Amino acid sequence: MVELATATPTPLPVGPVRDHGIGRGGMFALIASEAALFGYLLFSYYYTGASAPTPWVLEAHPALKLALPNTLILLLSSVAIWFAERATRREERAKAVIGCGIAFVLGTIFVVIQMFEWKAKTYGVAKSSYASLYYITTGLHVAHVVVGLAVLAMLFVWTWLGYFTPTRRIVFTNGSYYWHFVDAVWLAVFTTYYITPYLGFGT
Amino acid sequence: MHPLGYLSGSGAQTASVLPLMWFMLIVSIVVTVVIVGLVIWAVMTKRAPVGPQSLRTVALEHRDGVKWIWAGLAVSIVPLLVTAFWTIAVLAKTGAVPAAPLTVNIVAKRWWWDAQYRDGATGGQFRVANEIHIPVGRPVLLHLRSSDVIHSFWVPKLAGKTDVIPGQVNAMWIQADAPGRYRGQCGEFCGAQHAHMAFYVAADPPLQFAQWERQQMQPAFAPATAEASAGLSYFTQHCGRCHSVRGTPAHGTFGPDLTHLMSRQTIGAGMLQNNPASLSGWVENAQIVKPGALMPNQHISGPDLTVLRAYLETLR
Amino acid sequence: MSPPPATATAATAGSNREQSIRRTPTIGRSTPELRERLQRIWETKPGLYGWLATVDHKEIGIRYIVTAFVMLVIGGIEALIMRVQLASPEQTLLSPQQYNMLFSTHGVTMIFLYASPILSGFSNYLWPLLFGSRDMAFPRLNALSYWIYLAAGIFMYAGVFLGAGPNDGWFNYVPYAQFRYDPGLNIDFYSLGMVFLGVSTSVGAANFIVTLLRMRAPGMSINRLPIIIWGTATASFANLLIVPAVSLAFFLLWLDRQFHTQFFQVPGGGQPLLWQHLFWMFGHPWVYAIVLPAMGMVSDGLPVFCRRPLVGYAPVALATVATMLLGFGVWVHHMFATGLPGLSLAFFSAASILIAVPSAVSVFSWIATIWLGRPVITAAFLFFASTIILFVIGGVSGFMTASVPADWELTDTYFIVAHLHYVLLGINVFPVMGATHFWFPKFTGRIMDERLGRWSFWMTFIGFNVAFLPMHLTGLWGMPRRVYTYPVEMGLGPINMVSTVGSFLLAIGFLLFFINVLRSRTRGVAAGDNPWDAYTLEWSTSSPPPPYNFAVIPTVASRHMLWEEQLGESNERSNLEEGFILDHGKEALATSALDAEPQRILHMPGDTIIPFVLAAGMLVLFSGLLLRNWPITAIGAVICAADLVAWFWPRMSLLERGPAHG
Repeated sequence: MVELATATPTPLPVGPVRDHGIGRGGMFALIASEAALFGYLLFSYYYTGASAPTPWVLEAHPALKLALPNTLILLLSSVAIWFAERATRREERAKAVIGCGIAFVLGTIFVVIQMFEWKAKTYGVAKSSYASLYYITTGLHVAHVVVGLAVLAMLFVWTWLGYFTPTRRIVFTNGSYYWHFVDAVWLAVFTTYYITPYLGFGT
Repeated sequence: MHPLGYLSGSGAQTASVLPLMWFMLIVSIVVTVVIVGLVIWAVMTKRAPVGPQSLRTVALEHRDGVKWIWAGLAVSIVPLLVTAFWTIAVLAKTGAVPAAPLTVNIVAKRWWWDAQYRDGATGGQFRVANEIHIPVGRPVLLHLRSSDVIHSFWVPKLAGKTDVIPGQVNAMWIQADAPGRYRGQCGEFCGAQHAHMAFYVAADPPLQFAQWERQQMQPAFAPATAEASAGLSYFTQHCGRCHSVRGTPAHGTFGPDLTHLMSRQTIGAGMLQNNPASLSGWVENAQIVKPGALMPNQHISGPDLTVLRAYLETLR
Repeated sequence: MSPPPATATAATAGSNREQSIRRTPTIGRSTPELRERLQRIWETKPGLYGWLATVDHKEIGIRYIVTAFVMLVIGGIEALIMRVQLASPEQTLLSPQQYNMLFSTHGVTMIFLYASPILSGFSNYLWPLLFGSRDMAFPRLNALSYWIYLAAGIFMYAGVFLGAGPNDGWFNYVPYAQFRYDPGLNIDFYSLGMVFLGVSTSVGAANFIVTLLRMRAPGMSINRLPIIIWGTATASFANLLIVPAVSLAFFLLWLDRQFHTQFFQVPGGGQPLLWQHLFWMFGHPWVYAIVLPAMGMVSDGLPVFCRRPLVGYAPVALATVATMLLGFGVWVHHMFATGLPGLSLAFFSAASILIAVPSAVSVFSWIATIWLGRPVITAAFLFFASTIILFVIGGVSGFMTASVPADWELTDTYFIVAHLHYVLLGINVFPVMGATHFWFPKFTGRIMDERLGRWSFWMTFIGFNVAFLPMHLTGLWGMPRRVYTYPVEMGLGPINMVSTVGSFLLAIGFLLFFINVLRSRTRGVAAGDNPWDAYTLEWSTSSPPPPYNFAVIPTVASRHMLWEEQLGESNERSNLEEGFILDHGKEALATSALDAEPQRILHMPGDTIIPFVLAAGMLVLFSGLLLRNWPITAIGAVICAADLVAWFWPRMSLLERGPAHG
């Protein structure tokens, strides 16, 4: 007996609802690609450092007095955006906007402190392969942070305009994923450039 | 017949590699013939005797055939595994440098080869360009350096190629098992005249090699005629910045050492025979002979060229 | 400043909003009225704006195919000029600089501007149709990926026409590619062009992946997917992870050249081999990415002409994935001669030998499909069947180079030139030509001329083999690669002449093929929906399909939807007559990843100029970088930023935000 497949009439969500929607896959794909980019950057660091004659790192004990607080600042900004995202779920617009704002301010402070760190270095980008890798890796990261700041600014504006509801808020969630990603990348970059020299790599 | 061909060889390295290569070549040809045969046979014997408009009239088949995939893979695995193991064995054999090698330092430059020989006992040394002599039957360890871009040292009848990479020293060893003149050529694209960056490895019987070494170790004789002396002063003045001739004030290291230029059979990195006409042409118009070479055209007058040539021809 | 307060009628507003959040889609049959309504919703508006703004995957697919074929012709002309120069020893038709630019540009054009985009084109057109879906997951991103491809191609060829095309080979080794040795704009055009083009590849890959995971018809579980889906999906997952490697490499090189950084420069502690690692970590998986989708075309098309299902669907699907996975672990085989330690050489050699195993699965499957079927000889069949032969020859020459000691002789000689052309033409171009014959009726409503098709096949097949089969011997006889000429005493004159003659025969074959394509568009025999009696979903639509693909969303019950009755493999039948009617606007269906259960109704974006403007802005940006003109660069960046804000601005029509508040 032949069985004809039939479509079952079930209610289906229309468009992105809460956290789920097709745009999330796009954001994950973007994150995977950019994560790969930083993966190759760190590979370049480890490969060059292992191949070049030692001492290769220009600072055997990189100063942590700016970088460590800066890392905490970035982590806090992720907490702020997470808090804001939670607020959009409950349509607590004021809290969401404040959270965005705090994340934006903390992110900006991160960028400013990074600039100070760069100015304080005794070497320029063309000094050696270590110097070039340091500036380009932290530089590409800062570029991603700046893009993230633009994302946070847009989330701020859109939330303030009341665009997001408990069901229609996936744009906010996707934007926050991007910011968390930028934070996670920094942890990998920070460990590579600031911690591994203390463990003896390249010295 | 094919100076750079590697289907046959005369070296200890090629003796290890060629049987493996021929094995793979034969397996490849057999596999190709079998597969091509199967495809043609299948198409010819199984085809539906109708035109394309009648696709709908041909009934659908569905005999299971997965087992043939496994059969094909099972057959394929055997030569693959044999090759893998044989490869590792040959790698081990050719990687180990035999004892007591002669050591030669090679520096690859755009677009020629600089070979430096050093006598450990006496401390004497000499440089030759593009014609590397080695003793037959003795392993020769080559230290490969580049002064500019990536090149590749390749003398097919004696060994496979090894890239020459700036910033590192790659070592390889060769050994000629029969006397002869083996052509080599750069095996990695390196710019405008990559196509003309050849060299020769001359494998001499041991006595002949020792004689060659002694001769190369000598500085150049002082010129005997007035014409040659004039040539020497022209040379020192105009060529000495790039070229060196031991025993004269010319000390340039950018270009080849010319102390025993006339002992070499070719010039221009294997491009031209080393005869008077070619030599004049090269000196005067290197850019026409080898466009892009780093030797500029020399704006040299007729008389100057005559005396210069007279001098160069004394550099035996 | 506090945000506007939520409205006092939140409760009632909320329930209104709730209604639009769920819907039970109507289930019904196609009617003329429904089709007319869907046509008006989905069709591209006529005129220039519509042409620039379309997001129709079929139009985008055709554009990709046409542009890629143009690149194929350009790359082919470059090759013919080289073959004339090499026909006899010591010819002076070309200067070394001209020849070096030709061989480099030929490689770049074929590998980056033809081989991947042509497959993107076919996949773009076919995927939603194969899935029983209305569109790709991200239509605007789809349009963007084409416009960037076109812009990057124009950018790179601007360099070529200015006499500053790439000139260090397609793999562009340093230090020769550094400013010190190559001071013109050549490598800058290439480097920035590749970073630019990489964006197209990456966004295209993301689109394919999300479409695969989310946009299939109900019932299309992963074991019912055509092999072209497996091939393109595998390639897309790989591309997403590998394109950043080559983009990074080119970006770092550009920085070395322009700002004296020391990534690859030896005096500063840079590593020339870092370039090779980054390049080949991309490059090796890339060559699988440009053949696996084409192998899928053969795996889907050959069974139609053998009147039977593909032998060993599951092994072929799994082997596709396995080949790519292994393909990530063999890149060092391009670097065997660089002086690496023995252990590393042994590992990569063994892996490179073993990768032959999954690659061979498809070959045995195809032979078995012919042998156990009733092959009907058409032009499409000939192109697909010849792939088997060319694949094997390319495969065995690859096998030979996998063994390190043999590779030390073979590498950088014409043996490799022979190998790479057998795999690239054999497993990309020939399947593409077969695919063109096969799907031309679906794209245009007409069938390509069969007689001219056979002539073009034989000419191409014979010409190709006359040109490239001898090159194995040319290589074994010692001719190095990338040489603009060779001395008389090498004894290579006659065999090079044979290859040159073959290359012109091959060119005639391509000419006949393109004449067939162009003539058949207007004069070909009219095709019905399914002229080949094929079995996948695209053949259930009209030829060409309507802009909305399917009026009624199909429900799928097997892998051979249109052959279920004749094959009688099971009692279940796919339902193409009655299913979800999605007509409340421009709508499509999203389903779950593994089993394709209906999951969501999607509102799809309409035509928009935004992707075109972004590609144009990026062209301005990259031109500014090339010229080191920072004002122009800034203008480009501003255009891009503004465009992206416009793109991502949450829209009611796409249900990205709630209704406007007070």
